Amino acid sequence: MKNLFLISYLDIRESLRSKWFYVYAFVFGGLMGLFFISGITDSVVMGFTGLSRLLLVFMQVTIVILPIFILITTVKSISGDRESNILEYMLSFPISLKEYYWGKFLGRFVTVFFPVFVALLVGVLWGLFKGGAIPWGMVILYSLLILSLCLSFLGVAFFISTLVKSHDVGLGLSFAVWVLLLAFIDVALIGLMMQNRVSDGVVITIAMLNPLEAFRIGAIALFDPELTVIGPVAYYLLDTLGHGFLMLYAVVYPIVVGALFAFFGYALFRKKDLL
Amino acid sequence: METSTVIVDVENVRKRFQGATVLDNVNLQISLGDRVAMMGPNGAGKTTLVRCILGFYHIDGGRIQVAGHDPVKERVEVLKSVGFIPQLPPPVKLTVAELLRFVERSSGTSAEMIAQKAREMELDVVKHSQKPFFKLSGGMKQKLLIAIALARRSRLLVFDEPTASLDPRAREHFYEMLQAIDYEHAAIYITHRAEELAGLVNREIYMDLGKVVDDERV
Repeated sequence: MKNLFLISYLDIRESLRSKWFYVYAFVFGGLMGLFFISGITDSVVMGFTGLSRLLLVFMQVTIVILPIFILITTVKSISGDRESNILEYMLSFPISLKEYYWGKFLGRFVTVFFPVFVALLVGVLWGLFKGGAIPWGMVILYSLLILSLCLSFLGVAFFISTLVKSHDVGLGLSFAVWVLLLAFIDVALIGLMMQNRVSDGVVITIAMLNPLEAFRIGAIALFDPELTVIGPVAYYLLDTLGHGFLMLYAVVYPIVVGALFAFFGYALFRKKDLL
Repeated sequence: METSTVIVDVENVRKRFQGATVLDNVNLQISLGDRVAMMGPNGAGKTTLVRCILGFYHIDGGRIQVAGHDPVKERVEVLKSVGFIPQLPPPVKLTVAELLRFVERSSGTSAEMIAQKAREMELDVVKHSQKPFFKLSGGMKQKLLIAIALARRSRLLVFDEPTASLDPRAREHFYEMLQAIDYEHAAIYITHRAEELAGLVNREIYMDLGKVVDDERV
């Protein structure tokens, strides 16, 4: 275990010196912090009714940018090290593949999650400073949703990173996964729904198997428990799952997806040639 | 050959990449005390064989034992006995201090010992400790990797063209340090310049088309 934490520590130190980390922290920390600060204070303290629109914009930003940022910065974790022969040297020391892989995973999780989480905390502190009541339940759930989304895409990114030999192929694959989950599945499902070839229940189930969709619904449900902005699908989801289970699903399911992909990635890392 | 001194035992090893045979039933034993120059043309299988010995590649057939352990299944045990220097220093983004910490924590080698070996090669580790490793000059990087490998006091030293980035003076220091190693070990040098290793090696292995075609004591 000591080597696992050593690898994590070194990965974090390395990330903290990287330009991508500063861009990441600036884009997400700053943007999310600003959005969240204005969102929470406006809705809880002043009771603005137009908040849902603002939050939808905010969620769209998160949904679009967070996954691609995680994928692009993480996919080079193993494949980039392999291509540049760093992996060959670092793995010539007596550390197990388990410690190396999961140490990298842990380190990268810290660097992608904490800037967003810290921005959230800053928002909360700012709300407290202004004297407003903080909806702690919402803050905790939102943190869990972001954690869940981060883990989900970290798992996918590590899987891609171990699957491919070339960093460029990894980037291409990451982009394909991002576009698929962000838009292509939805477009295909809308087409299916319009043609009435399969039942609406099947279409909605397929849509909800997309971790990005699970996050989107969970995030909307946080601020709009009736899910009015998503139209009639809300009735199906709330009647079938109920609000509580829907939230649980939105948090747990992406983590399960991420964990599965991370474990598949680890299995590949162990079974394939390292270089 | 006395089996008790064998550190590397390669038996009928086969390795294929995308249908092409890269190692073709290779048999090789390296014992403590052997200083092996491994030679051959590009694509002969030298680096592939070394990577199999280090557990980086899964072999398609045969068996490899290093210090009595399987390099893939028991990689930690194997790598405790191995010091490795790659052909080109990798662009590690850690600072020199972080790299030394990694080496110290993962292999138990003291940073002071590494610094001492580096001084013997006229490299001041303390002065460069906060610099990222990849920003050092090619020669400095190679000196540090050599210092790390020698400080580990490994029973098997594996060098893949270790002097490629070194100037003549640094090469001399390197050869002197190799001759000064005072414990029982074996060494494998992958090289295209056998004449440079004259006096350092006592065995020459020549590979071609994935096979050991010549193996003689010198």
